[in-house]
Amino acid sequence: MTRFLMAKPLRLSAPQAYPTTDKPAFRPDKLSPAYAGQHKGNSLLKYISLADRKDKLFRRVLWMGGLTILCLVLGILLTLIVGAIPSLQAFGIRFLWGKVWNPVNQVFGALPFLVGTLLTSFLALLISIPFSLSIAIFLGEYFPPVKGRNRFAHLVREAVELIAGIPSVIYGFWGLFVLVPVIRKLEMSWHVLPYGVGIFTASLILAIMIIPYAASLGREIIALVPQDLKEAAYSLGATRWEMIRHVVLPYARSGIFAGLLLSLGRALGETMAVTMVIGNTSEIPQSIFSPGNTLASVIANEFTEAASRLYLSALIELGLVLFVVTTCMHLIGKTIIHRFSA
Amino acid sequence: MKYSSWFKLALVMAGVVGLSACGGHSGQSTQQSSSDAQTLLGAGSTFVYPLYSKLFALYHQQTGIRVNYQSIGSGGGILQLINKTVDFGDSDAPLTADQEQQAGTPVVHIPICSGAVVLTYNLPGIQDTLLFTPNVLAGIYLGTITRWNDPALQSINPQVKLPDLPIAVVHRSDGSGTTNIFTNYLAKISPDWKNKVGASTSVNWPVGLGGKGNEGVSGLVKQTPGAIGYVELAYAIQNQMPVAKVQNASGHFITPSIASTQAASNINLPADAKVFVTNTSAPDGYPISGFTWAILYREQHYGDRSRARAEELVKLFWWVIHDGQAYCANLHYAPLSPAATTTAEKLLQSVTFDGQPLLHAAKP
Repeated sequence: MTRFLMAKPLRLSAPQAYPTTDKPAFRPDKLSPAYAGQHKGNSLLKYISLADRKDKLFRRVLWMGGLTILCLVLGILLTLIVGAIPSLQAFGIRFLWGKVWNPVNQVFGALPFLVGTLLTSFLALLISIPFSLSIAIFLGEYFPPVKGRNRFAHLVREAVELIAGIPSVIYGFWGLFVLVPVIRKLEMSWHVLPYGVGIFTASLILAIMIIPYAASLGREIIALVPQDLKEAAYSLGATRWEMIRHVVLPYARSGIFAGLLLSLGRALGETMAVTMVIGNTSEIPQSIFSPGNTLASVIANEFTEAASRLYLSALIELGLVLFVVTTCMHLIGKTIIHRFSA
Repeated sequence: MKYSSWFKLALVMAGVVGLSACGGHSGQSTQQSSSDAQTLLGAGSTFVYPLYSKLFALYHQQTGIRVNYQSIGSGGGILQLINKTVDFGDSDAPLTADQEQQAGTPVVHIPICSGAVVLTYNLPGIQDTLLFTPNVLAGIYLGTITRWNDPALQSINPQVKLPDLPIAVVHRSDGSGTTNIFTNYLAKISPDWKNKVGASTSVNWPVGLGGKGNEGVSGLVKQTPGAIGYVELAYAIQNQMPVAKVQNASGHFITPSIASTQAASNINLPADAKVFVTNTSAPDGYPISGFTWAILYREQHYGDRSRARAEELVKLFWWVIHDGQAYCANLHYAPLSPAATTTAEKLLQSVTFDGQPLLHAAKP
């Protein structure tokens, strides 16, 4: 963070001063009179000075944007921590592995929901990988949607983007009324308890919802693979599959992984659709077919009617746990991407 | 360089503090913006919202007084009342001792109307209305009765041949007044339930699946053969769902309806009306029902409140518990019983401004 703060030395304390970059700044007023005199009426000088001012203004706006984001993230973290203080005091670190969530006795533990969140998210990621990867290869390599050609590829791309645009409550309703009965029939034939709702159903819904993120980013990256590399592979006698396997995918892997990371982030925080199909029981799921609950869905379910101070604070602490989990996943992912691209 | 980066860090921190400060005090500006007596503010229960929006629209037409009610949930309504950002809260459960302590000065609970919680089920091929006794109901939700053809269940429904099907128990996953009434009933009729689970807006359910909202519960029940769940009476009526008769304290099996719900509250109520009328002693009353209460401070002179505003508030609720009751039944709420109306009147008359009762002056 400090590095970020020091990176761009715009001096906010003295806004009238010129930025002290490594190169000496261009200062029209300090130009030699001989040079200035070559231009009649100093119109160029005025123009340059105006452009310079605009440039500074633009940079300042960008700075404000960056600072605002930083303030927001810190503000959210701070609010969560402050809100969670009563619960932190009452349960301490035990909150993380407490198995009981009982609003009546005011005993709260986050483990069932933590397990539910991680299980649904990673299962969803696992289910979505084959689909998002093949869509990315299809649209990036086989049928790139070029203007005026490849109608079908255009259609596929539009459909993928549309999936990202559907509100999650609609996924929830569709899941509850279409997917759940199908899953229930499947569960009957697989001889597991036919709840219909549960971790597995939630993961399926999530998988569909997160496909566009990995697919779109993957497509962009795959389309960027230099033509020279591909042609070199062909010239060595590689088939198309071999070329994709040994040239395109290794070249694009950090981008593809970044897309998956984005997907995982979305899956971790998804609330509405999951709430509607996960079964909402506060027990640690015994298998992927049992009903469960996620951090986000508990908050969505219970926040409005949480009357006591400790209860409310425990829910806020769940939010804090979710915040930390998401951040950890993000950092781990970033490290892996770094290893890939190095 | 060093100086400027510290300056930026300080700026960031100032921004953070500023943002959190904004969050903490956002409520107070609402009160100031409408400190005149023309707009009253309320917040709370979602259950009563359809009724309130109808009543307050009518009241605005008749008197010009605007009432802005936010259906943010009972818990939120109570919190806003405690923070004194609204004129009244509305809750499906009376304030807990802890909340009353936070409120500081005494509050009054004015019953507004009552609602019932009904049991709905999905048994393929069975058209008859099922009967439930309290013990069987507690057994099902405790997980001790797990199949539909359990002798205990079959013996009270001799006219129906119940199938050999596992019972899929469905409950509300979101915290709600409906759950509060239902668990309160179970806690009254079953010592086991009281000890193991208890009563609250959300509890640690021993068995079953959770559906979000009435629609989530009914969705699960409709889809799952062998499912049983509980929803609000109004929701069941609107969606024509099968509902069970439940045996009340007098031993009668009662069909849930607006009339039987109203009858349930026609009993000797305590003076503060802070009571769950579940498991009612009324012989024709449906046993799983409860009030929703408007909650206001007994002493209305707090903060910078004007007397006019306090008068409008009690006038409004005097209208709601009298003329307003006519609109309850159409929206599938049970109007107040005669006993409840009397109690509500007395409570409203006890509301004061600087120690003087407001209602003499305010009575229309």
